[in-house]
Amino acid sequence: MLKIENLHASVEEKNILKGLNLEVKPGEVHAIMGPNGAGKSTMGYVLSGREGYEVEQGSATLNGVDLLELEAEERARAGLFLAFQYPVEIPGVSNMEFMKAAVDAAREERGEEALSSAEFLKLAKAACKQVNLPLAFLKRGVNEGFSGGEKKRNEIMQMLLLQPKVCILDESDSGLDIDALQVVAEGVNSQRSDDRSFIVVTHYQRLLDYIKPDFVHVLSEGKIVRSGDASLALELEEQGYAWLTEQRAADEV
Amino acid sequence: MSAWLEGALERAEKIEDWLAPQRSESLSQLKNIPWPTRKTEAWKYFSLRPVEDSSFSQAAANQDVTVEQIADLDSLDLVFVDGRLEMGSDALPEGLRIVSLVDASVDEQAIAQQIFTKVKPARHVFGLVNDVLASDGVLIDVAEGAVIDTPIRIVNIHSEGVESHTRVLVRLANNAKLSVIEQCDSQAEGLSTVFSEYLLGDEAELEHYRFALQSGAAINIGGCHFSLANKTQLNSTLIGFGSKLARLDVDVAHNGQHAFAKMNAVYLLDTGELFDLHSCIEHAQPHGTTEENVRGIVGDRSRAVFNGRIHIHRDAQKTLAELNNRNLLLSDRAEINTKPELEIYADDVRCAHGATVAEIDKKALYYLQSRGIDKAHAQVMLNFGFINELVDDMPNEALAEWLRPQLRARFASMEVQ
Repeated sequence: MLKIENLHASVEEKNILKGLNLEVKPGEVHAIMGPNGAGKSTMGYVLSGREGYEVEQGSATLNGVDLLELEAEERARAGLFLAFQYPVEIPGVSNMEFMKAAVDAAREERGEEALSSAEFLKLAKAACKQVNLPLAFLKRGVNEGFSGGEKKRNEIMQMLLLQPKVCILDESDSGLDIDALQVVAEGVNSQRSDDRSFIVVTHYQRLLDYIKPDFVHVLSEGKIVRSGDASLALELEEQGYAWLTEQRAADEV
Repeated sequence: MSAWLEGALERAEKIEDWLAPQRSESLSQLKNIPWPTRKTEAWKYFSLRPVEDSSFSQAAANQDVTVEQIADLDSLDLVFVDGRLEMGSDALPEGLRIVSLVDASVDEQAIAQQIFTKVKPARHVFGLVNDVLASDGVLIDVAEGAVIDTPIRIVNIHSEGVESHTRVLVRLANNAKLSVIEQCDSQAEGLSTVFSEYLLGDEAELEHYRFALQSGAAINIGGCHFSLANKTQLNSTLIGFGSKLARLDVDVAHNGQHAFAKMNAVYLLDTGELFDLHSCIEHAQPHGTTEENVRGIVGDRSRAVFNGRIHIHRDAQKTLAELNNRNLLLSDRAEINTKPELEIYADDVRCAHGATVAEIDKKALYYLQSRGIDKAHAQVMLNFGFINELVDDMPNEALAEWLRPQLRARFASMEVQ
């Protein structure tokens, strides 16, 4: 489904990704962990097409389509979804208007008619309830004045409505209390299926208690240095990342 | 002196009514004040030739007017057709008095005389023109403590080829509460001046809207002038379109302590339109607050002028004043001249001002695109959101609902170039 090969990318002329390889097959959940500055968020931005992130080498394809050749909106329409760590506030654009435009764009891509306002409202209300946000949030400006947790839930609501093929969750658990964490995890789990995959970027094993990953990878200095099953996350939780420094030192010798 | 001004002065001499003392005072000021040219600071961005060369009819056209209703808005409507007031016969709520200046009783004349030319500063040359030529007008008076729930909607209708002058005088006694909507959406080629003065008492609350939605060949010059007393609350929203020549002067005088003024303004200009907004906030007394947010989008070859002045007098300690003007330019040929001015003579105040002419927020654009919304559509959404933020801020939801599609339609016709 998603195939990343030898990806090198930089931002403001600083190399961040240095040969990232990752293959995600349909239905799989991959967790990506690693110390600060390893390139976890950069990976999401590069894949989603954020301006200012330069790809120097390598490839990324989604079902055979070269993502790196596409505009940000085309990548989304191809089925890529990034749940942001810090969603942007856009006062003046209502959440409802925003999400309807996004859903209409996805439908257009599939050759379907745009939904009527009433039809969309029904879907939006259901999604809003599922992530446990008051319905009034549909009318408010996009993320405007939302708390950190509310923004994260709003991201999951968008995911529910857009039905993407590959979802990258960038620290969707940071700043959440246990209840909100469960809401986010349940939102994700409700979407797990044989034809949808997830990449869960997190610092904490806690989220993985709720979203069980098939694979856990450690990203360090722009590439994956270790992969394993869910037990790797537990190990990291206990040991931290000190071993990485030791390993690097050993490599250098 | 232009033929138009000569004619105006001549006509002014002929108006004789109970406002004669004030009118003749204004007339002598008008004769003494130098007529503005491109060298006059307050008028430097465009020529007044369209006014000076005008020779429109002074007679109101006889036309049947139908005023569009606003959904979900239960309002008391007053209609000025070419400056002549047509009043409905609705029963008024207790504590509210509305009377045509032509029909004012002696006691109503006395109230009007407290307001007429007393709130509006004399420096506005077209304000003086309005003083001497507005033969009709309306007085709205709210008694002490009266809370009027039904908004008053004043609709100005202008006919093709007519020159008209309209005056609105409003008094809110202490603790009174009122909402006033001033509306003008003329496209007709003609000249109109619409000036309104609001004298607000202690702890009075005014919710005010001015929809200056003129367009096309209309020449529309006007003003909204407010005098605030102790703890007066003013919430004003101004929406402006441009036309051949559109100018609005807004003045707020904090004449009492602890008054609060929230002034939101939006302008949206297309083709070769012009809109000139001058605002002046006078903090004469301590503990006043002003929050002024002005946003504009200028497209094509249009020109916007914003001049926002906040003047904090020596005694106005503990003033909080903020003035912000943000503009989006949609084309290389569009022009915005913005000048925020702070003049502070008190030492214990908190003031901020800023003006920006910018393009779109790239992070927000990427966010929308990352959800599959194409770039062009995302830009339109963000531009519209930029002004819609102030529309969202309007206390009256029915008015916001009525306004949004009009703004959207206007916006849709404006191309990003």
